Amino acid sequence: MNESILNSVLLLVSLGAVTALVLYVVSKKFYVYEDPLIAEVEDLLPGANCAGCGSPGCKSFAEKLVGTEDISDLFCPVGGNDTMKLVAEALGKEVAEKDPTVAVVRCQGSCEVRPKTTEYQGPKSCAISAMIYSGETDCQYGCLGDGDCVTACKFDAMFMDETTGLPIVITDKCTSCGMCVEACPRDIIEMRPKNKRDLKVYVGCLNEEKGGIAKKACSVACIGCSKCEDVCPKDAITMVNNLAYIDPEYCTLCRKCVPVCPTHSIIETNFPPPKVKKVVEKKVEADPSGEVKSVNLVKDA
Amino acid sequence: MLKTFSKGGIHPPENKLTSSKNIKRLSAPKVVYVPIAQHIGIPAEIVVDRKDKVEIGQVIAKSGGFVSSNIHSPVAGTVTKLDMVIDSSGYKKQCIVIRTDAKNEANFQEVDYPLKKEITLEPAEIVKRISDFGIVGLGGATFPSHVKLNVKEDKKMDCLIINGVECEPYLTADHRLMLEKGEEIVVGIKILMKALHVNKAVIGIEDNKHDAVELFKRLTADEKEIQVAALQVKYPQGGEKQLISAILNREVPKNGLPMDVGVVVNNVGTVFAIYEAIQHNKPLIERVVTVTGKKLDNPSNFWVKIGTPIKDLIEEVGGMPEGTRKIINGGPMMGKAIKNTDVPVTKGTSGILIVNEDEACRGEVKNCIRCGECVNVCPMGLEPHLLMNLTEKGMYEKAAQEDIMTCIECGSCSYVCPSNRPLLDYIRFGKNITKNLASSKN
Repeated sequence: MNESILNSVLLLVSLGAVTALVLYVVSKKFYVYEDPLIAEVEDLLPGANCAGCGSPGCKSFAEKLVGTEDISDLFCPVGGNDTMKLVAEALGKEVAEKDPTVAVVRCQGSCEVRPKTTEYQGPKSCAISAMIYSGETDCQYGCLGDGDCVTACKFDAMFMDETTGLPIVITDKCTSCGMCVEACPRDIIEMRPKNKRDLKVYVGCLNEEKGGIAKKACSVACIGCSKCEDVCPKDAITMVNNLAYIDPEYCTLCRKCVPVCPTHSIIETNFPPPKVKKVVEKKVEADPSGEVKSVNLVKDA
Repeated sequence: MLKTFSKGGIHPPENKLTSSKNIKRLSAPKVVYVPIAQHIGIPAEIVVDRKDKVEIGQVIAKSGGFVSSNIHSPVAGTVTKLDMVIDSSGYKKQCIVIRTDAKNEANFQEVDYPLKKEITLEPAEIVKRISDFGIVGLGGATFPSHVKLNVKEDKKMDCLIINGVECEPYLTADHRLMLEKGEEIVVGIKILMKALHVNKAVIGIEDNKHDAVELFKRLTADEKEIQVAALQVKYPQGGEKQLISAILNREVPKNGLPMDVGVVVNNVGTVFAIYEAIQHNKPLIERVVTVTGKKLDNPSNFWVKIGTPIKDLIEEVGGMPEGTRKIINGGPMMGKAIKNTDVPVTKGTSGILIVNEDEACRGEVKNCIRCGECVNVCPMGLEPHLLMNLTEKGMYEKAAQEDIMTCIECGSCSYVCPSNRPLLDYIRFGKNITKNLASSKN
């Protein structure tokens, strides 16, 4: 009895010893040198593997950061400036600082304001629907509503609002990786600067048609009237192809353009209502027509 | 046993409701909308301006390159605007809008040219005129015809195939044209044979058009060089590669052209347009369109000016029937549903199909049951289920290896799928992406 226990213990120990030896030899013989910096940098990166930086994953981005001399073009949008600073310290290289951004959906064409004129029964994918025709409504610039951006988002920062049929960005979760921007066949989603309280003013329309046609297709479309351009004190608004665009670089968020827009196509988000201070956990901001625009967690308004 | 192509194919119900209806000439509409991109290739460049007076057949947009085509004014009148108008792609495209001059008699004359058999032009002149007169393939692909006739020197042509198959259900435009303009088409075939320097031509006609087969057999009884091939009824026999396989039993190489096996294929409609261009100096400004549908009062075939809004045609057959759910530009298999009835007739519009509720809607998409029916019916020998899966997962390079680009988009796979899977939608999307990937690499 005792002998058999001893035998098996000896056998296992010797097996273990032999295997350890083989593993040791193999690991020495076939050792591949990897810069320890790569692992170090990879640890600093968020590890989301979202491909927002242009590399397929965090590891390959780390390799790129270590391997390139000048890394001022490389940026991890998810980690932002903080992460890039740490990376710069670890590598002793210079990095560029970028303002944090957040995705905004530049279309307000809900079912109510932009009536459907046809019905699409094909595969539920914006890319395929855009290839087949201009969408269920008469606007050939607006959101198709099949949610390619929501599918593309790896951070659960987007969802489709069932009442409006439009995607909504949860700004706190958005890491500005830019996957939704790429997924949208209509280029509706744009990355705009994100300030501390997430205040934004932007044109929620991409319709380049002349005013009458645009308005017929969608009642909140930009009709290219130029009123906002005239009222803007900083010349931040440009009109191209009957469509206004607010350049975030020059916009000071003065909001003079918002009330002058006759179709309410300029969107302002998270500005506190005048002179009323309150602390809310969850707030759903609505525009005059009562439709939901974005959901934001505002802790201290 | 009649000939047919070797791989796959399906037998959708024929529903040729209008095969006994004479082609009626429609009078010129009040306004025509002429898109500048009616053909495959580079869009034409507009050469008229607002308020310009134009004559019938005047060039209003010039060919933008080699693979492009001239566009001529279908009516005499005044250019009112250069506007963006929705076309069958579902998007707004550049159009020339011409108001028809109601006083100009040329617009309303019924031109019936006498048959002219003698061919006086030299081959090079023939190709030049086909190019100048804006002739494109009228079978539906709208490939500029002069490109097909510019045979490279290292290729040896030995056969011209005339496509009178019309395998699409419902459509009868080619069938009627063959019956009514048979003699002219035979002259057209001779013109093409002269231009191509070939001494053999075969007219392929499916056996469901027995009267056309008989007619052409009679017309070509004295012509040894022109044969008539009656073919088994099978979709998509009208596809160029399928037709070559059916008639000559030759296989066009992957990513190759019919030219590579010494063949040029032309549709009967194109042949008739070429006859009129060469013998009567008439540019391509009108075509035969079948307006059909089970619920229509009076489905018919019409000679329609290019640029006529589709709503005018629907008006002509007794108005839109109740319960219409879908209007298709083309046939039910390869046609495209249009967004509204303002879409104009273009050079590629072979039919307008009006579909009611029962037939318009897609069934519920279920899981693939691995029955392999799509593989069985694919005329190109592809595996549609695999191509769809690869596209769905974004594996475009693998899809390209599986020859996704050779798909002719006939829709047989989607037609037979017992689970209603949108095979063709995905494959078409995959083709688009693969094409873009390939062009971005170059």
